[in-house]
Amino acid sequence: MLWNTLLLAVRAIRRNLMRSFLTILGVVIGVAAVITMVTLGNGATRSVSDQIASMGSNLIMVVPGQRFGPGSGGAANFKNADAQAIRSQIPSAEWVAPMSSKSATAVYQANNWSTVIYGSNNDYFPAGNWELAAGRDFADNEERSGKAVCVIGETVREKLFGRQNPVGSQIRIKQFSCEVIGLLKSKGQSAMGHDQDDVVVMPLRTVQRRLAGSQDVNRLMVSVRDSAAIDAVKKQLSLLMRERRAIGENEDDDFRVMDTRQIAEALTSTTKILTLLLGAVAAVSLLVGGIGIMNIMLVSVTERTREIGIRLAIGALEREVLLQFLIEAVVLSSIGGVTGLVLAMVASIALSSLMGIPYLFDPGINLLAFLFSAAIGVLFGFFPARRAARLNPIDALRHE
Amino acid sequence: MTASPLIRLTGITKIYGQGQALFQALKGIELTVEAGDFVAIMGPSGSGKSTAMNILGCLDTPSEGSYQFQGVAVETMDRNQRALVRRHFLGFVFQGFNLLARTTALENVELPLIYRGQKAVLRHAAARAALEQVGLKGWEQHTPAELSGGQQQRVAIARAIVTRPAVLLADEPTGNLDTKTSEEIMELLCTLNREQGITVLMVTHEPDMARYAKRIVRFVDGQVESDHANGRAA
Ligand SMILES: Nc1ncnc2c1ncn2[C@@H]1O[C@H](COP(=O)(O)OP(=O)(O)O)[C@@H](O)[C@H]1O
Ligand SMILES: [Mg+2]
Repeated sequence: MLWNTLLLAVRAIRRNLMRSFLTILGVVIGVAAVITMVTLGNGATRSVSDQIASMGSNLIMVVPGQRFGPGSGGAANFKNADAQAIRSQIPSAEWVAPMSSKSATAVYQANNWSTVIYGSNNDYFPAGNWELAAGRDFADNEERSGKAVCVIGETVREKLFGRQNPVGSQIRIKQFSCEVIGLLKSKGQSAMGHDQDDVVVMPLRTVQRRLAGSQDVNRLMVSVRDSAAIDAVKKQLSLLMRERRAIGENEDDDFRVMDTRQIAEALTSTTKILTLLLGAVAAVSLLVGGIGIMNIMLVSVTERTREIGIRLAIGALEREVLLQFLIEAVVLSSIGGVTGLVLAMVASIALSSLMGIPYLFDPGINLLAFLFSAAIGVLFGFFPARRAARLNPIDALRHE
Repeated sequence: MTASPLIRLTGITKIYGQGQALFQALKGIELTVEAGDFVAIMGPSGSGKSTAMNILGCLDTPSEGSYQFQGVAVETMDRNQRALVRRHFLGFVFQGFNLLARTTALENVELPLIYRGQKAVLRHAAARAALEQVGLKGWEQHTPAELSGGQQQRVAIARAIVTRPAVLLADEPTGNLDTKTSEEIMELLCTLNREQGITVLMVTHEPDMARYAKRIVRFVDGQVESDHANGRAA
């Protein structure tokens, strides 16, 4: 019976090619959309956490104001002296890098490239997990006198110098020219369009004097020798900064002290929202696919009811008719589901490499999307048939 | 002990709807058909011919009364048992052909054999033979849309007889066909009755068609008004 019913199901699929194709399409859209979206979301999240891991795990950031991100909300910036105070009063702090940043265009011969200039000291490199690919870092006197020297990232090198060695060349930034003394090893592309190698580092004083025009420090980057000491150092930093910024007993901090984990949370929360949004879009596609299938099935319900009437009239049993329709729905949904899985895999791999995020195969979402779409296909293929198969043959034949 | 007749209807009634819309289409039908007979059921429109045919064909159930098929009570059977009676003993031909669309003549005719679980080789041979018998040799791969009304009805008849049923039930089989085609179909039914011993029950309101039958049963208002042998039949 199963073999014969399979034959009937295959014949039914074959003679209703358009309907079969549209059903498959509905399942394909649903499955492919959900899997692709969720896979991309997962990749973006992973990419952000990778990027954070590359910052080093023992890092603490001190920023003015109460929120993380650009703008300090009116709170005063730090000063060079704050960094010195940390270095002398908190011995567990291994590297202390005061930072001041400014966007500017760097020019070399006919090439120009708009990038971010960071002013800091030599602590910046080990604290930020940077290594030099060529050249050297700042000399003491260059830091002290604010000399026009810089260390550039791989992207800046590529944009201005191509494959040429930049060390020793002069680049122009705003009104001054600046000698390239070092080249940073590439850290690679990160998520959210942020290229970590798109960076120029100068001595802090150079940026303060020539670009910012103030003695301000936007951010203090502190790295701790022993990760067990992070909480203690954070507490000490907080106390020290309160004291230095003369914050009263009952006043709140006007700065934030965050470790890598907290920064990670702040960043990943953004990608999590992104993943959620993508998921919502995907759910809509699933629904659209489902409605498409439902529509096709309902449109054909009259013809199919009469078909069921014919089958019953010539002696088919109810369960044979049902089995045929079930097989038909399962076959179509499975073809759609498998096609959707393959399509999702191809699209996810292509889009992840385009977006520079890792491709992570998630068996859970693959299974879930497949089952859900298959269920829709079976549901709408099978249940109208079940109703028809329960009719008197003559009522099914008369269906209008 | 006398052998039971092929078909015996006793006190069959059929009531449609309920309350105000209640309508009694059959008001106690008595009918006995012996194997090998060729019965034409005639009568005005709305007299209950189709209703009776559907009950005879186990496509519908009577409200009351008893239907004995080869001595077995059909009215107490469940859906599946009735389906099996249809599968093994009955062939039904409709006025509107009721072929599967976009399906070749051969596959349409094969269908009852698939439900009987016949092997593909036997099935194809039987379906081809049935199509040849109704004069459609060479049309096996045509779909209903590519066939004339008469040809479609021949396919439907082939589908009904491919299982070698005991009874062929035909509800106005020539109702949608022109006179010449109708006569060809009637000749075909006569041949099947004569040569294969298939009992034929046929509804028609055309006296021209009824004259092919051995016996004429006249329905009026849900009752059998007359039941007599056909004068013409030899
Ligand atoms: N499904 C139905 N529901 C309600 N009334 C019906 C139904 N089928 C037939 N009838 C009524 O039963 C009567 C007999 O119908 P039918 O057996 O088709 O007549 P005939 O075939 O002799 O023209 C008609 O008056 C018709 O309106
Ligand atoms: Mg009728």
